[in-house]
Amino acid sequence: MPSLTLLGQAVVSGLLAGGIYGLLALGLSLSWGLLRLVNLAHFALALLGAYLTYQLGTAWLVPPWLATLLIVPAFFALGLGLHAVFAYFRVTEFTSLLVTFGVAVILESAIQWFWTADYRRYETAYATASLRVGPFFVPTLELLAGLTAAALALVTWAWLRFTYIGKALRACAEDPAMAVAFGVNRRAQAFLLSGVSAAYAGVAGGFIALIATLAPAQIWAWVGVVFAVVIIGGLANPLGALLAGLLIGVSESVTMAVVTPAWAPLVSFSVLILILVLRPDRM
Amino acid sequence: MISPRGLGGRGGLAVLLALVVVTGATAAPSGPPVRIGGTLALTGPLAPTALLHKIAGEIYVDELNKANGLLGRPVEWVLLDDQSKPDVTRSLYEKLITVDKVDLLMGPYATSGILAAMGVAQRYQKMLPHHSYGMPHLAKYEMHFPTAAFGPEPNVTVPARIYDALAATSNPPKSVAIVTSKFPSAQFQSNGAREVAEKRGLKVALYLEYEFGTRDFGAIAARIKDARPDFLWVGALGLDGNQVIEAMKKLDYMPPRQFHLFPAPGPLALAPDGKLALSHTFFEAHPPMLSNTGAARLVPLFHDRAAKAGVPYVNVDTQAAGSFAAWQVLEAAITATKSLDDKAMAQWLKKNPVDTILGRLRFDGSNNYGDDLSKLKQVQDGKWVVVWPREFAAPGARLLPP
Repeated sequence: MPSLTLLGQAVVSGLLAGGIYGLLALGLSLSWGLLRLVNLAHFALALLGAYLTYQLGTAWLVPPWLATLLIVPAFFALGLGLHAVFAYFRVTEFTSLLVTFGVAVILESAIQWFWTADYRRYETAYATASLRVGPFFVPTLELLAGLTAAALALVTWAWLRFTYIGKALRACAEDPAMAVAFGVNRRAQAFLLSGVSAAYAGVAGGFIALIATLAPAQIWAWVGVVFAVVIIGGLANPLGALLAGLLIGVSESVTMAVVTPAWAPLVSFSVLILILVLRPDRM
Repeated sequence: MISPRGLGGRGGLAVLLALVVVTGATAAPSGPPVRIGGTLALTGPLAPTALLHKIAGEIYVDELNKANGLLGRPVEWVLLDDQSKPDVTRSLYEKLITVDKVDLLMGPYATSGILAAMGVAQRYQKMLPHHSYGMPHLAKYEMHFPTAAFGPEPNVTVPARIYDALAATSNPPKSVAIVTSKFPSAQFQSNGAREVAEKRGLKVALYLEYEFGTRDFGAIAARIKDARPDFLWVGALGLDGNQVIEAMKKLDYMPPRQFHLFPAPGPLALAPDGKLALSHTFFEAHPPMLSNTGAARLVPLFHDRAAKAGVPYVNVDTQAAGSFAAWQVLEAAITATKSLDDKAMAQWLKKNPVDTILGRLRFDGSNNYGDDLSKLKQVQDGKWVVVWPREFAAPGARLLPP
C-alpha cells in the first residue's frame, strides 16, 4: 500500500505533467476545432521552438524568457505561412492529417540536420529547482509551465467567448456559409487562428527546452497522449484541454505510483475510450 | 585536373610513377566494390546512440579504403535508415539482400533491430556480424557473430559483476531498487539483476518496469525515494537515466549509489548530477584498453569526427568500440578465408578467436557467445572510467564511494 506522501507526490507530479499536456493541446485543439485542420505539425513546431530556445540560450546566452518573446512572434508568422500553404492546396480535415504529417517529418529532418540526432540538454541553474510544500516537492519549471498553460487557456477561452473575433471564429466553425453571410471575414480569421496556434506551440517549446532533453524523435513522444487530451477536453475548448491534461496527467502518475509505470500509457487511452462511450458527442 | 589518360605515353607513366614515389602512395584498392549492407537507427528514439555506430563504421570503411580495401577491392557501406523500428529493419535487410544485392551484411543498432535482421539473414543464409545485442538466449542463428561480449547469460553474469564490485567496497549495499525500461535487453538483464540480488541476500526494495519512451519520471522517482534503497539499478536505455536523476533531484533525493545499464554516455557523464554514476561497458578510451587492437587508431579519429558531427561527448566508449569490433571481425573473416563466402567465413569465425578493440572475442560457445567481457565504469571528473575489474581500471582509478 503506497504511503500518503507517495500518493500526494504522485498527484503533484501528475498535475504538473498535465499542465504540459494542456499547453501542447491548446493550439491543436483550436486548429482542429475551429479550422478543421488536424495539425500534426503542431508537435514539430513545439520541438522546433524548444531547439531554438536551446540554441539561443547556449550559443548566444539569450535567457529563455527573452527567447520565448522572440520565438512567439516568429512562430505566429510561421503559422500564417503554413496556413497560406494549406489554403492554397485546399487542405481538408482528412487530408490535413497527411499534409501536416509530411510537414512534421520535414521539420524533424531539418532539426536532425542542424542539431544532429544526438541529445541536447539546456542546462540551467534552476532546471531541478523545487518548492517544498509540506512533505511535497513542486518542481518550479513544471509549475511555471502549468501556470502558463492555465493563463493561456483562460485568456483563450475569454477571447473566444467575449470578443467579436472569438465569436466570429466560433461562428465560422459552426456554419461557415452563414458566418460569411453575416460579414465575417473567414479567411482572415483562419489565418489569425493558425498564427495563434503556432505561437502557442512556440510557448510550449520554450518550456520543453528547459524541462526535457531534446532529440529530434521527441516530436512523436507526445502525439498519442495529447490527442487523447484534445478529444477528452472537447475540440476548440481551451479550458477543457487544460482540465483533460490535468486529468490524464494525474491518472498516469497515480497509476505509476500505485500499480506500475508500465500501465501508465494505457490510462490516457482507457480514459479516452470511457469518455467516448459515455459522451460520444466529444468527436 | 590531370587524369592518367591525359598524361599519355612513357613520359606520362614516368611522371605518374614519380608522383607515386613522392607521395608515398600504396596500392589503392581496385575493381568492383565489396558492398556491405546494413541499417542503423538514423532517425527515431535510438538515433542518438546509433549516430556513434555510424561514425565508427564510417571511420572503419574509410581506413579500409585508404589501405588495400577488402581482397584488394574498395569497400562500399550501403547504409539505410531503419527509423528505430524492427519492422522497418526487417524490410530493409530483405531489400539489401534481394534488391541491392549486397555482398555482405553488417548488423543494425540495438537488440530488437538485430533480432529482426537476424531472421532475414537466416532465411538467406547470410552471415550477420553485429554489435549491440543483449539477449543471447534468443540468438539461435548459427551465422550471427556478436561483438557485444555479454557471454551467454548476461542476466546472471552482468549483475554478478556489478554486485561483486559493490561488495568489494567498504560499505556494500544491503538493499537495491530496480527500475527498468521494457526494452527487451534492458528488461531481460534487469530482471536478472533482481534474481541475482535475491540469491545474494540483497533486499530488493522495489522492482518497476516502465514502457520504452516514458516521458514523465516524477512518480517513478517518488517511488524510488519511498523505497530508500542503498543502490539503484536503472535498466536505462538512452536518456532514461538522466530523466530519472532529474526527477529524483526535483524531490530533493539521490540514492547513495546508482547504476545505469545502457545510458546515452555523453549526457549522463556531463550531467551535473551524474557524477559517480555507474554503468556497464566493454571499452573506454584509456589504458590498459588503449593497447587493444585498433584502439590507438580509432580513438583520435573518432574524437575528430564526432566533434565535427556536433556530438557533445566525443570519447570512444562501449557503443563506438562495439561497432568497430564488428567491422574488425568481418575483416578478419574475409582476410583469413580470402573470400566473401558467408558459410566459409562463419566456419572460420566459429573456430578462431579475433583480436579486436574490445579484446579477444571468440564465438565457439553457446549461441556463438564467448566470455563475458563486461566491465563497470563510473563518471569521474565528467568522464567515464573503468573501475572494475581492477585489471581493467583506468590508471589510478578505483570505485569511488558516494
